[in-house]
Amino acid sequence: MPDPDGDDDAEELYQRAPCGYLSTSPDGRIIRVNDTFLGWTGYGRDELVGRRHFSELLSAGGRIYHETHYLPTLQMQGAAREIALEIVCEDGDRLPVLVNSVLERDDAGSPRVIRTAVFSATARREYEQELLRERQRAEQSEAKARLVAQTLQKTFIPPAPPKIPGLDIGAAFRPAGGGDEIGGDFYDIFELSEGDWIVAIGDVCGKGVEAAVITALARHTIRAAAVRERRLTTVLEVLNESLLVHGAERHLTVALVRLIRAGPRWDLSICLAGHPHGLIRRSDGTVTRAGHPGSLLGLFPDTLLDEVGLDLDPGDALVLYTDGVTEGRSGRAFYGEERLVSLLAGGAPTAPHLADAVVEDVVRYQEEDTADDVAIVVIGFQ
Amino acid sequence: MVARFNITESGVSDGQPILFAHGFGCDQNMWRLVAPAFADRYRVLLFDHVGSGASTAPYDPERYGTLDGYVQDVLDICQELDLTDVVFVGHSVSSMIGALAAIAAPGRFAKLVFVGPSPRYIDDEGYRGGFAEADISELLDSLEANYLGWSSAMAPVIMGNADRPELGEELTTSFCATDPAIARRFAEVTFRSDNRDDLSKVVVPTLVLQCSSDAIAPVEVGEYVTRTMPDARMVLLDATGHCPHLSAPGPTIEAIDAFLRA
Repeated sequence: MPDPDGDDDAEELYQRAPCGYLSTSPDGRIIRVNDTFLGWTGYGRDELVGRRHFSELLSAGGRIYHETHYLPTLQMQGAAREIALEIVCEDGDRLPVLVNSVLERDDAGSPRVIRTAVFSATARREYEQELLRERQRAEQSEAKARLVAQTLQKTFIPPAPPKIPGLDIGAAFRPAGGGDEIGGDFYDIFELSEGDWIVAIGDVCGKGVEAAVITALARHTIRAAAVRERRLTTVLEVLNESLLVHGAERHLTVALVRLIRAGPRWDLSICLAGHPHGLIRRSDGTVTRAGHPGSLLGLFPDTLLDEVGLDLDPGDALVLYTDGVTEGRSGRAFYGEERLVSLLAGGAPTAPHLADAVVEDVVRYQEEDTADDVAIVVIGFQ
Repeated sequence: MVARFNITESGVSDGQPILFAHGFGCDQNMWRLVAPAFADRYRVLLFDHVGSGASTAPYDPERYGTLDGYVQDVLDICQELDLTDVVFVGHSVSSMIGALAAIAAPGRFAKLVFVGPSPRYIDDEGYRGGFAEADISELLDSLEANYLGWSSAMAPVIMGNADRPELGEELTTSFCATDPAIARRFAEVTFRSDNRDDLSKVVVPTLVLQCSSDAIAPVEVGEYVTRTMPDARMVLLDATGHCPHLSAPGPTIEAIDAFLRA
């Protein structure tokens, strides 16, 4: 039937459409094909119609995909679209195509014919492959960056807490999110001389490489300063100065504890610089705060810091943590000190158990999606 | 367990269990023309493999680096639901998964039905699987090419079917939903595995359903499977393709039914 405009008709539109058309029986046997498809692929009409299945024109890999995914989808869904395949042309060349198909059913609902439109996709396939390569490159870079972050992060904490006679030490750490970004939490436990120990825990504001540099600086400055200076306040003042000299423009919080063995007991003192209080869990389950609040470090030359002594008995434990614990969020609610205190009151068989229990609980509270690093050190007195 | 593998159940709740396992590239929807036919006498169970359909099971590359992880999933499902005297119906790669499960726990399975099985897809000396090693690499490339489409956030193109709007709507409820990264690994495990030596160890009575023209598992492969297994018989269906349960559901049901009644 002539087109109303007189210069196009349905048959010509079909044969010379700017895409290939194929009709096949429900089992894939080709029953009709247009000139465009024949022109692209080099086949003669007689070679295809009634003789070949559509899947036979595909590369072997594409044929598996066709049989296992494309055809079942088509049979169940009635349509399948934008499937990328390669047609093997008459001369053996490959033609990258995008394929859309619909399955027509008869009045009884039985499959009658599959109509397929084939779009040449040579340029698009090159572009897609470029995208794929870029994606693979990006994934590799990401993996590399994650490895660097994780390796660096490992230097912020000791591989394992040391064994100290008379003390039961537990520590747990969980980096924010998936661990692919470096956070700023750290802790350290080291011996100055026989029976003279320093425990440090801290949190550098922010994340990323810059925060990591400051974290490493802080941990090592504390170690170096603690060897020279007796007083915890002085150690932290030295750290403050080195941060200001470094021009870091990042502040940090630290809790520093000194333990000196005195016979069967320990002389204990704590100094806080902008850091959350320590918590003392007594053997009867009561929990109290430890330490006086002090200035953040890395902001101003003058600091207000206070070192206070602590008195712990066998069975008691001192708990130090970063704000990733109490500020762990679930929606708008915070995990909070109260929740931490009641968990500590419940106790655990050993310090490592208690540290792990806290981190697990905080992570669970945030439904595994931790926004900040979480660090905790538990010192149990035996 | 039920949610992990999207286990769906119908039929006679205290009847003999019949467990349908889909093959590579699709999900349990594949069985929708066949499974209901057994609901009058059997406890009909369907599930989605990890990474397929609506399965929420976490993908552990090591566990699923061979078919053994998938086999363990089948055994776990049987144990969790306390299934005994199980009729296992596996399509394509799930046939071999069923074979390995039946070797590991022969007491659990009453009968096996393999739809289009192949113990090895790649040709070997004295064995014709139908594919060359290069073909399988090509398949993986083909999956990569489609990976892009699957994972992109582009809204699907709605085809101009004004008279059949349901075609557009169905796009949102895609059958054969597959996690592309897992699909690629599943394809590697499926098409590079070789279970020829396992076939002789399957003592459970088995029906091999073979299509007369199947580009994935040719007739001679079906014959090889039947010949190698101690207690197997083959029914040749006059059907084209790799999915007789979709293209020829009637004869598929008949053949399974006759085998189960025998």
